[in-house]
Amino acid sequence: MNFDLTEERQMLQDGLRRYLVQAANPQSRAAAVEAEAAVDPELWGGLAEMGVIGALFTEEQGGFGGAGFDLAVVFEELGRAGAVTPLLEVVLAGGLLAQAGDAHADLLGEVIAGTRALAYAHGEPASRYDLSRVETTARREGDDYVIDGRKAVVVGGAQADMLVLSARTSGERDDAGGISLFAVPADSAGLQWRDYPLADGGRAAELVIDGLRAGSGSLLGAEGGAHDAIEYAQARGTAALCAEALGLMEAARALTADYLRTRKQFGQPIGKFQALQHRMADMLIEIEQARSAVINLCGRLQLSRREREINVSATKQLVGRVARHVTEEAIQMHGGIGMTEEYELAHLARRLTMTDHRLGDSTYHLGRFVALGAVA
Amino acid sequence: MNLDFTPEQEAFRAELRAFLEQNLPERLSDKVRSGQRLAKEDYEEWHAILNGRGWLAGNWPKGHGGAGWDAVERHIFEEETTAAGAPRIVPFGLAMLGPVLQKFGSKEQQEHWLPRILDGTDWWCQGYSEPGAGSDLASVKTTAVREGDHYIVNGQKTWTTLGQYADMIFCLVRTSKEGKPQEGISFLLIDMTSPGIEVRPIVLLDGEPEVNEVFFDNVKVPVENLVGEENKGWTYAKYLLTHERTNIAGVGFANAGLENLKRIARLEQSRGRPLIEDPLFAARIAEVEIALMAMATTNLRVVSAAAAGQAPGAESSMLKVKGTVIRQEINALTREAVGPYAMPFAHETLEAGSNAEPVGPDYALPATAQYFNNRKLSIYGGSNEVQRTIIAKTILEL
Ligand SMILES: Cc1cc2nc3c(=O)[nH]c(=O)nc-3n(C[C@H](O)[C@H](O)[C@H](O)COP(=O)(O)OP(=O)(O)OC[C@H]3O[C@@H](n4cnc5c(N)ncnc54)[C@H](O)[C@@H]3O)c2cc1C
Repeated sequence: MNFDLTEERQMLQDGLRRYLVQAANPQSRAAAVEAEAAVDPELWGGLAEMGVIGALFTEEQGGFGGAGFDLAVVFEELGRAGAVTPLLEVVLAGGLLAQAGDAHADLLGEVIAGTRALAYAHGEPASRYDLSRVETTARREGDDYVIDGRKAVVVGGAQADMLVLSARTSGERDDAGGISLFAVPADSAGLQWRDYPLADGGRAAELVIDGLRAGSGSLLGAEGGAHDAIEYAQARGTAALCAEALGLMEAARALTADYLRTRKQFGQPIGKFQALQHRMADMLIEIEQARSAVINLCGRLQLSRREREINVSATKQLVGRVARHVTEEAIQMHGGIGMTEEYELAHLARRLTMTDHRLGDSTYHLGRFVALGAVA
Repeated sequence: MNLDFTPEQEAFRAELRAFLEQNLPERLSDKVRSGQRLAKEDYEEWHAILNGRGWLAGNWPKGHGGAGWDAVERHIFEEETTAAGAPRIVPFGLAMLGPVLQKFGSKEQQEHWLPRILDGTDWWCQGYSEPGAGSDLASVKTTAVREGDHYIVNGQKTWTTLGQYADMIFCLVRTSKEGKPQEGISFLLIDMTSPGIEVRPIVLLDGEPEVNEVFFDNVKVPVENLVGEENKGWTYAKYLLTHERTNIAGVGFANAGLENLKRIARLEQSRGRPLIEDPLFAARIAEVEIALMAMATTNLRVVSAAAAGQAPGAESSMLKVKGTVIRQEINALTREAVGPYAMPFAHETLEAGSNAEPVGPDYALPATAQYFNNRKLSIYGGSNEVQRTIIAKTILEL
């Protein structure tokens, strides 16, 4: 057993941390919000140049990493910096492109180079967190598929070049079988976007799909057989998202501890009050639990489906619960200043809170952990 | 022991209900129920309606134009108005300043300011907190120096709720540096249009500029605006805080929030079934409901004692802590209930008067903003940590 980072990952972590301190600052964030962009283009270019996008993919896929701990290193640093990027979309949509084989290698290469933006269009207005609930349909018409339906909260959708889009080619509304994936340009005829800002600083869009024609070359993997690929991509996405939450929590803790050391009331730093000391100690204990949960998942992504998914739900449940605890405690111990938008904690708090609304929340995963037979 | 309300109290409730049915504009209750932000005019409209019936100042004695209700009647009023979706009564003039003026103000001050609170001439705000004086309120630094017929005020207040609407601000100011910090504080009424006052908005977590910084640069305040005696302001401030804490449990808000949560959980689908049938989510709703049932009775126990003439002391600290924790849990569950549609940043759509079409179901719209906004409940009005210290010292004698 060895919990140290490899030398390469250590270098990636150090380099990324240094880079993000200057590149992912509140000004760059504000500029992206102002421009209604999914990401500050300079930040995105810098990440690509450093090889951060490539670190999410294996050598075979055109990258130089791709393991769970590569995801963990990258996303923890993004979290620590409070960076707003569509990199999770790359893990999800790019992961699905990579799983579909060589046919999309060129596109993936451009994604890794940072020149093409991807979005993941799977969730629907009524699907909540249910992975197999797909009501969007794709029917064959000659060599093409014709796709109709709606997608919800597509992060970075309106700013993307290409979409990985799920649609049902057979089966009933909630069936695991019969789901297919398509890679289509985001500006295709038949796609109608409604773009809006997110509470976490990014952007998303509602998508209406009306008679979209997709050539058979755009199909990813086998027709009707996408469920397992989606589940695997979401497992990796969950690892990334939980690592990001971990970084956000570390940043919130550091900010709060600093504040407790400097804020004075009743003639002394409020960090001298034992009531607050104990709560900071609990916060630390909980964050270490979250760190271990992230390690559990990242180290087990390659195991059997059942073992992997048990860890997906265990990690997402625990991290979601701890994230809420850390967010609320950090705000509370700051007092009024913790509620002001201008102060960095507000941004961290919003991002942390929103991690529980993607890829299943902690209650959802608690139930799923039981349903997977982990308890019985 | 008898858990029933008296026939008179039930009759009052019926009268109140009938009044609300006829007089609460649907436009306002729709806004409240859908979580839209209320504009200044909305509050003023509702105040005027209540004032027309003599019910705006439930806690004021009849002689001052109030309803003269006891604590139980005020509790019933709160229950019925929140259940009906009425806007809250803006507390600064009515719940906070009014009682202080009635107890400590001069006859001239009472005659001048109290009717103006009732008829809406003055919108008041509360100028207690400063950047360096939050929980440690006695350390306020804003100074008032007597020069002839005026005080000259210099300094800064902060977190001033809805100060952007205010005509007047009541402030704790330092008039003496002698003795204990509590002994040099005075209670001063200041016109917000005075030269030298600057108001700067502070945007909160939910995107809303609900509070402000208020700067005072050589602001001239007539001496007749001093309430009570110089350097006795701390006593008045503490008196005011006990009034700020009546109705602190927020049972009515919690009940309304719980109803809304259940409505959403019935409409949301998870794994092909209504979310409310998900045993894990249902269990979490049940836990908060059970806590609320008990807290409602704790509240009534304190309310009854108050109606019988016992001044609420440290019991209100208990209600503050438990009440806010319950309301915040309901807010968190509501945010959770709306699922991925908690993610859109709805700030602009929630603006008073906005016509923007919501993203996702309309019930999802305010969930995240309200969750973030109500983090304030455990911070202001004496933080929950400060309340626990009060309980430990005064009830437990630790
Ligand atoms: C939305 C909002 C609206 C407000 N509106 C108004 C208003 O209209 N007028 C007004 O005057 N004020 C208002 N306030 C200010 C409010 O009363 C203060 O925020 C509150 O008193 C806490 O002070 P602080 O923010 O300076 O935090 P601090 O006092 O600095 O406290 C920071 C943290 O330390 C804890 N702490 C402090 N002392 C101790 C101790 N001895 N032991 C243990 N823990 C301790 C606190 O509980 C808190 O968790 C408002 C605040 C908010 C957030």
